[in-house]
Amino acid sequence: MKTDIVLAGVGGQGILSIAATIGMAALENDLYLKQAEVHGMSQRGGAVQSHMRLSDKEIFSDLIPKGSADIILSVEPMESLRYLPYLSPGGWLVTNTRAYRNISGYPDEQEVLGEIRKYKKYIALDANDIASDIGSNRSSNIVMLGAASPFFQIPFESFKEGLRKIFARKGDKVIDVNIQALEAGRAFADKNM
Amino acid sequence: MDRLLLLGDEAIAQGALDGGMSGIYAYPGTPSTEITEYVQASKYAQDQQIHRQWSANEKTAMEAALGMSYAGKRSMVCMKHVGLNVAADPFVNSAITGVNGGMLVVSADDPSMHSSQNEQDSRFYGDFAMIPILEPSNQQEAYDMAYEGFELSEKLKVPVLIRITTRLAHSRSAVVRREQKEQNAGRIPSNLRQFVLLPVFARQNYEGLLNNQAAMEQEAAASPYNKYFEGSDRSLGIIASGIAYNYLMENFQDRQLPHPVLRLNHYPLPHQLVDRLLKECEQVVVIEEGYPFIERQLKGFQEKGTPIRGKLDGSLPRTGELNPNHVARAFGLDQDEGQPVPSIVSKRPPAMCKGCGHIDAYHALNQALGEYTEGRVFSDIGCYTLGALPPFEAINSCVDMGASITMAKGAADAGMVPAVAVIGDSTFTHSGMTGLLDCVVEKSPVTIIISDNFTTAMTGGQDSHALGRLERICEGLGVETDHIRVFKPTRKNYDQMVDIMKEELAYEGVSVVIPRRQCIQTAKNKKLTERVKELGL
Ligand SMILES: Cc1ncc(C[n+]2csc(CCOP(=O)(O)OP(=O)(O)O)c2C)c(N)n1
Repeated sequence: MKTDIVLAGVGGQGILSIAATIGMAALENDLYLKQAEVHGMSQRGGAVQSHMRLSDKEIFSDLIPKGSADIILSVEPMESLRYLPYLSPGGWLVTNTRAYRNISGYPDEQEVLGEIRKYKKYIALDANDIASDIGSNRSSNIVMLGAASPFFQIPFESFKEGLRKIFARKGDKVIDVNIQALEAGRAFADKNM
Repeated sequence: MDRLLLLGDEAIAQGALDGGMSGIYAYPGTPSTEITEYVQASKYAQDQQIHRQWSANEKTAMEAALGMSYAGKRSMVCMKHVGLNVAADPFVNSAITGVNGGMLVVSADDPSMHSSQNEQDSRFYGDFAMIPILEPSNQQEAYDMAYEGFELSEKLKVPVLIRITTRLAHSRSAVVRREQKEQNAGRIPSNLRQFVLLPVFARQNYEGLLNNQAAMEQEAAASPYNKYFEGSDRSLGIIASGIAYNYLMENFQDRQLPHPVLRLNHYPLPHQLVDRLLKECEQVVVIEEGYPFIERQLKGFQEKGTPIRGKLDGSLPRTGELNPNHVARAFGLDQDEGQPVPSIVSKRPPAMCKGCGHIDAYHALNQALGEYTEGRVFSDIGCYTLGALPPFEAINSCVDMGASITMAKGAADAGMVPAVAVIGDSTFTHSGMTGLLDCVVEKSPVTIIISDNFTTAMTGGQDSHALGRLERICEGLGVETDHIRVFKPTRKNYDQMVDIMKEELAYEGVSVVIPRRQCIQTAKNKKLTERVKELGL
């Protein structure tokens, strides 16, 4: 069993909190894990990605080879397309549709969505809307994780456990809204797969 | 034992802590910064009073680490690859003095220049200084090498270089800890002339270093980090080092790897092992991240003339970081190239943050320079370097830390007046102060803008040595008080900023202009915000 995930977003959007939750869930299931993060210059509003690899066997490369990622999980629509060369033919493209416009040449949003829909296996949702419905604007990342959760070979419950650990210091309220966010994302994916 | 999920950087830090380190010295620099930050966050380091404050630059860090080694304790100094240029003088000479307590030098290379000006390979420095180099393949080895490195250093009596690259530095994986070692008790060197590099002693030491080479090679030959794997198909032999070894194995997980493989993670090159591969195989391919360090040495020392493939013959790319796909191509393996990136995807380069003080300073500078011809702004390294890009296009150079001031001086010497330097507060105390002294001594017509945001922002907001000291440093170096101009860069103060800059540009001597406003990324840093208030800044 292996799951290779490319996490994508813009510096400052906090994709590393998604990575941390997945990491906890993986440890819970006694899996091998490698997670290549981007630190440094790109974090100043540039395109950032993280390669995350889970397996029940030893993992060698910290980088995912092209054409072999099982999931692209993006918190921004245009960024989801940037990493298509990594996606395997049967892989899932899971993305937030809320554009993050910090550059002048941002393409037409409908065209971006059009490109995403060209791909057969995609889940696209406005995670910011869903998070704000729950009353927790900051949880859009976790909504996205929920939406990608069916494509991991990890029990859903482990992600909840991961959230409990990661937010342990922040108290039950924060844990609860994040679990709600995770479930909302999951529910969307279950309906739209 | 504990199993931790650590970045390569953090694994080195934890390994050094567990290996009995008494102090870490460093100046921030991607991808090395997290080593020191991990020690700074460690409760154990705090309880044990392990030295963990930032240094002014890599040279001061290297020298302090050598001083701690002189005193008999175990020290580590960390930097990004170009930091080793700054620290090259003490680094090369520390091999001649040798060590007392174990000393580790960690240099983190950045192939592909994710956050750097070049992609130099630190292994050449290790070879130049003639000391052992350790190059981990994974996080566990990074931990183990730091943990054991102090003993290797004490045994061979020289510093040991640990070389990593971005990918390992910033990738996380599980690491198993080992038993906590005690710190060394302090003891002065048994030979009180060991560290006195007067020619008369230095010649002896150098002789000693040369004689020590055989022992270093012996260690490498017996090292658990160097391993010869048998293979039946000897039409090809493979040498793989550091993280490049992973990219080899990634491609042979589901297929037999029929060729002999020599994994080389501990230098100097052990001739025995390398000779064996060269003799046994018809051809050898070298897979290494960075420059062709092993590959070039192989071409030098073999008798048989076995053809060598690698970066020099184009089997692997000469520039950028390696990845599994490059290695697959070198072996002619089938691989999926994935789908192309749709053409509508536009570039998203890093940029200064909304509300950043550097932005206001650049708007004012561009306006103030309007009456002069273009191309007279020398800059430096930090967030403000992003001012080279649209919409500002305000600066014309970025070379190495501190170079803004000295290049402006040289240009002014050549008659380019006014010449302007733009430098950050941390870069100024890193290596701008000596250049300013040059300007003062010659009363050079330069305008130096120190864009002060109270922090080392580009690398993640580390403490700045300049905090609360900038004007006094400038005055102390001899800048006239009337020509040290401080203001807050905001939209509201725009006209005032432009006027001040115009006045100082017109002044035919040394001016220091200090736009000063806290970095917005540090707004949540309570300690800094309070300190700024205390200092009345
Ligand atoms: C020799 C060397 N050491 C370290 C670095 C990494 N580095 C690049 S910019 C920077 C910080 C600059 O801080 P400052 O000058 O205060 O500017 P700011 O980013 O805060 O605007 C550092 C440490 C480098 N490029 N070269």
